[in-house]
Amino acid sequence: MRRFALIAMPYAWLLALFLIPFLIVLKIALSDYALSIPPYTPTFDLSQGWQGVRDFFAALDFENFVFLTTDDLYWKAYLSSVWIAAVSTFLALLVGYPIAYGMARAAPEWRPTLLMLVILPFWTSFLIRVYSWIGILSGEGYLNQFLMGLGLIDAPLTILNTNIAVYIGIVYTYLPFMILPIYATLEKMDDSLLEAAEDLGCSRISAFWLVTVPLSKTGIIAGCFLVFIPAIGEFVIPSLLGGSETLMIGKVLWEEFFNNRDWPVASAVATVLLLILVIPIVLFQRNEQKQREAEG
Amino acid sequence: MKRFSWFNATSLTLGFAFLYLPMIILIVYSFNASKLVTVWAGFSTRWYGELLRDEAFLDAAWVTLQVAVASSTIATVLGTMAAHVMVRAGRFWGRTLFSGMIYAPLVMPEVITGLSLLLLFINIGLDRGILTIILAHTTFSMCYVSVVVSSRLVSFDRSLEEAALDLGCSPFEAFRLVTLPIILPAVISGWLLAFTLSLDDLVIASFTAGPSATTLPIKIFSSIRLGVSPEINALSTILIAIVAAGVITASLVSKRAAVRQAAEEREAVRAPA
Repeated sequence: MRRFALIAMPYAWLLALFLIPFLIVLKIALSDYALSIPPYTPTFDLSQGWQGVRDFFAALDFENFVFLTTDDLYWKAYLSSVWIAAVSTFLALLVGYPIAYGMARAAPEWRPTLLMLVILPFWTSFLIRVYSWIGILSGEGYLNQFLMGLGLIDAPLTILNTNIAVYIGIVYTYLPFMILPIYATLEKMDDSLLEAAEDLGCSRISAFWLVTVPLSKTGIIAGCFLVFIPAIGEFVIPSLLGGSETLMIGKVLWEEFFNNRDWPVASAVATVLLLILVIPIVLFQRNEQKQREAEG
Repeated sequence: MKRFSWFNATSLTLGFAFLYLPMIILIVYSFNASKLVTVWAGFSTRWYGELLRDEAFLDAAWVTLQVAVASSTIATVLGTMAAHVMVRAGRFWGRTLFSGMIYAPLVMPEVITGLSLLLLFINIGLDRGILTIILAHTTFSMCYVSVVVSSRLVSFDRSLEEAALDLGCSPFEAFRLVTLPIILPAVISGWLLAFTLSLDDLVIASFTAGPSATTLPIKIFSSIRLGVSPEINALSTILIAIVAAGVITASLVSKRAAVRQAAEEREAVRAPA
């Protein structure tokens, strides 16, 4: 009985506030836009009994999904979200790997401090970290002041409100997610393997490519997914740092809902976004599974 | 033998500069006297004063604090229960669905979580306000808590619990007297994680907050859409200071606890002899 209560409480909470809301999204995605409150049709009408339920299901259709394929905006937004997320993930790997590598090679007594320094920004407000870049990247911002002060450029660079600013924002805010899994694999690496490679005639650089990188593969994959998956649905970064050229699906969904008040289309956008995310999530879990099995 | 090369030193220096410079600049310029954020015009604490007189910000901060305390506390209770179920309950009907619902919110884009919860609240006719934000925050942060706590429960020596049961404890007593003290650090870090997630959340709160309740992130977002402002710099500095103090204290406390636990374990091993 006690066991039942223990299971039932979190279970019921998640059913009511996670699964059911999600089913409602699916249902509204199949409904039609209407000028009413709530702004979609059909709605459940139990007063009509069984006939009401049948009418309800008969009125559901895939019209919104068809609409998503006919309007350029949506598939372009999906593609561009995936592209922006992929570029940012690659850049985060380029920036994050040397940091993780440096941490793993630092003296053991330094490592907890370095680790805390990587985690600390993660506890700081995401919104503030994104905001801090507005002042740096804007036309009269610190970066332009600095570069012009050095005489490197004559006119301010336009970075804010472009995709470049979005890349910088994603790399900056998600960098700890890239560093931590890579550091975890590098730290466990047996250094004698590198010595063996060098004894056998590898240069340090080829030992790095032939030994270190393959051994940190699971960390690299995990880090990439941890950046890529949340970056696809990102809203805050494109809306604060991006410009009119920046097309990301999180922003489209937000605008569809809050500005156009088209709930059925917003729900359909959300459903397709989830379908797209299923692929990287499954691959990520497979990678984690492999890692667990390797560790026995 | 680890070789810490000049390359490692450079990449660490540049990497940490990249991570910390933007926040340092923000903090420095929050003490700028000028209204123009990017032009330095001498030291001043003017913007802190203005911020503390701004009723709208203070109200938002109060709402945010209430939401964060309530949601992280409920989330910690539910998340710890869920972790216990995941690690200990064995097989039960719908286990796969249960673990799916624990992990899915972690990867679910915030816009979707927010949208789905809003549609639920509208469907059941619940007025949007503080309560709905608390419900929404509890739902996603309990999943984070349960992941943090279950990672501790997995490595927990179960024979301690069994010993307590053999000695006549009820299952609940065994949990309270044996399990909870041991997993407490994980429960506390779960609570802290839930608390910061709630403080930080903009997207889900925007969907689930009604006109009656504005949280700090919503307020910050709407004012920075209009550009950089010195008041927001001051507010950011205060928030960064609170978080930094909290994280540093927590790490010192956990270090001391680890030292004490190690000492106690040594004692315990020595005692029977």
